[in-house]
Amino acid sequence: MGLLDKQFEHSNIIITSVDSLLNWARLSSLWPMSFGLACCAIEMMATAASHYDLDRFGMFMRPSPRQSDLMLVAGTVTLKMATRVKRLYDQMPEPRYVISMGSCSNCGGPYWEHGYHVLKGVDRVIPVDVYIPGCPPRPEALLEGIMKLQEKIRNESLAQRPQPKLVGELV
Amino acid sequence: MQASEIHEIVGAQFGDAILEFKGDAVDPFIVLTAQRILDVALFLRGDERLQFGSLMCLSGADYNDGTLGVVYHVDSMSLGHKIVLKVRVPKDNPHVPSVESVWKTANWHEREAYDLIGVVFDGHPDLRRILLPDDWEGHPLRKDYKVPEFYNGMKVPY
Amino acid sequence: MSEIRTEDMVINMGPQHPSTHGVLRLALTLNGEIVEDVVPHIGYLHRCFEKHCEAMTNYQQVVPYTDRMDYLTSMNNNFPWVLAIEKLLKIEVPERVAYIRVIMAELNRIASHLVAIGTYGNDIGATTPFLFCFRDREKILDLFEKTCGARLLYNYMRVGGLSHDLHKGFAEEARQFIKEFRPTIKELNGLLSYNKIFIERTARVGILPADVAINWGVTGPILRASGVKWDLRKNDTYSLYDRFQFDIPVGTDDVGVIGDCWNRYMLRMREMEESLKIIAQALDTLPEGDVKAAIPKRIRPDPGEVYVRTESPKGELGFYVISDGSATPFRVKARAPSFCNLGALPEFSRGVMVADLIANLGSIDIVLGEVDR
Repeated sequence: MGLLDKQFEHSNIIITSVDSLLNWARLSSLWPMSFGLACCAIEMMATAASHYDLDRFGMFMRPSPRQSDLMLVAGTVTLKMATRVKRLYDQMPEPRYVISMGSCSNCGGPYWEHGYHVLKGVDRVIPVDVYIPGCPPRPEALLEGIMKLQEKIRNESLAQRPQPKLVGELV
Repeated sequence: MQASEIHEIVGAQFGDAILEFKGDAVDPFIVLTAQRILDVALFLRGDERLQFGSLMCLSGADYNDGTLGVVYHVDSMSLGHKIVLKVRVPKDNPHVPSVESVWKTANWHEREAYDLIGVVFDGHPDLRRILLPDDWEGHPLRKDYKVPEFYNGMKVPY
Repeated sequence: MSEIRTEDMVINMGPQHPSTHGVLRLALTLNGEIVEDVVPHIGYLHRCFEKHCEAMTNYQQVVPYTDRMDYLTSMNNNFPWVLAIEKLLKIEVPERVAYIRVIMAELNRIASHLVAIGTYGNDIGATTPFLFCFRDREKILDLFEKTCGARLLYNYMRVGGLSHDLHKGFAEEARQFIKEFRPTIKELNGLLSYNKIFIERTARVGILPADVAINWGVTGPILRASGVKWDLRKNDTYSLYDRFQFDIPVGTDDVGVIGDCWNRYMLRMREMEESLKIIAQALDTLPEGDVKAAIPKRIRPDPGEVYVRTESPKGELGFYVISDGSATPFRVKARAPSFCNLGALPEFSRGVMVADLIANLGSIDIVLGEVDR
């Protein structure tokens, strides 16, 4: 990613800022939590499988929130599940990122009007970095969203990194 | 076996429990008094001529006229016939005997009907809400249901 | 040592757990490593399907919501819905429509079984079959995408017809798929089905007797794996299934015993071959016609009610629809196969090890979208 693609003939010194190094490290090995909610999770699985091969982004599904730094909210968040989503998010170590995949977790999707048990957007309980529209989004759209997140991480700075802000209140 | 024959066999045993029989409907059905449904269900499963061994579907319904209903679709895998049973109860006192002891599959179906419609199944071993959280208020599939503004601090409407 | 009993412990498995196939919570009562009791807690994906049916202004508008019930088999979910409304309206669909529905449903059955087999292998600890299965599933999705534009949720069937005709060249591509897919089944059999480790993990584990299965309303591959030859495509035939030659596989006792996890898994492998047979026959006799000609402009069924059931890849999928004569359904109840099948899980999971519980759960092949609706 611009740092190590030059060949050196002898041992040498690489000069970079701490920001660039940390950002490069973070964006090159995002570990998402394998956490599927609904239909979008099937597209997430398809993205991780042979055809679309998520591994080439350095991404590797982790089963535990403690080991992951990216939460892919893939599917409808219901009111019963929302408290659990929040708890899983709280269990993830900083820095952590959230991608909201699909219309349901963006805004309630097809259930926005009559879904008495559907949370109308996961951003009512946890902060979201990237929204991917679609019902469900194609795997290419998910990859695009991941690259947008990488873009975001690349431009972060330790000095200016905003403090994580929690949206919504849960009892 | 035709629906009319099934009706005759059931009628011979439970003539007083049958309120209505409609044999020319898309799916022929028998309307029963709610209190007798468990006896009829036991008879349907046990009788040699009927052998209704499986309950395909159990649905609750709000008829929007002050009554709630429960509809049983039963089916005999061995003899290949089926029939629909219906009961109706008043909305302010919706008690129906549970058929969980006859067909185990009714366990979850009855919990669902209790959860969404609010029919109370007497004799059910574990009548809790199944789909909605335990602290949810109201029964969403009733026609007069109002969606709450907030649940647990989260805004519900869009 | 084995008789020393420790204090029972209750632990939660899920709602976020890699092996629960979605958002399912199982409350396990454990005596050491032995599962004394399982209580499934569902509803984490309750998306109010039945409420939406009552809120729509048109019967056709319900079709995309049926897609999202069992999102692995959208075509098979559309199927009973359109059949139910056609039965209420008493209309016949053109031959071509019925043929295409059967072809699509069977292709989708294969795609669903591929996910079931792949993720089951993954649960047991074999990652490669998962990749193989998803590779071949993509070929089916490509076919669907070319025809109706969607990869996963197709919204393809309409009351009285279909949203699009097949794309040009569908028949050749489908035949090509059948040709390519037959070797894959052999490959998967060698890789997973008769793999010694896999057999050790699944054979003679989680035995479900036939009478218990029927009493719990279990249907589909799980019921057949318990030795009951019951398939609605034959036993309560619908659409055109009486025209095609195919067998109904049932559980055998050559590797495991009837009703165990291995049989439940293997049944899906065998069913895929039968589906291929149906597709090949349907492609050979596919008639010409207009797939949109019979779609009614205005759907107002007479007051009445209907229950229609079909054989979805998971089991008996039925819709109970009450019409009050208006353009909106008065009440819809979806009888989802996964909902009933999951109810029987505690019956064959008491007394097994925790690791075997994963094998039991995976072998039911539940989809939470359908359990919770």
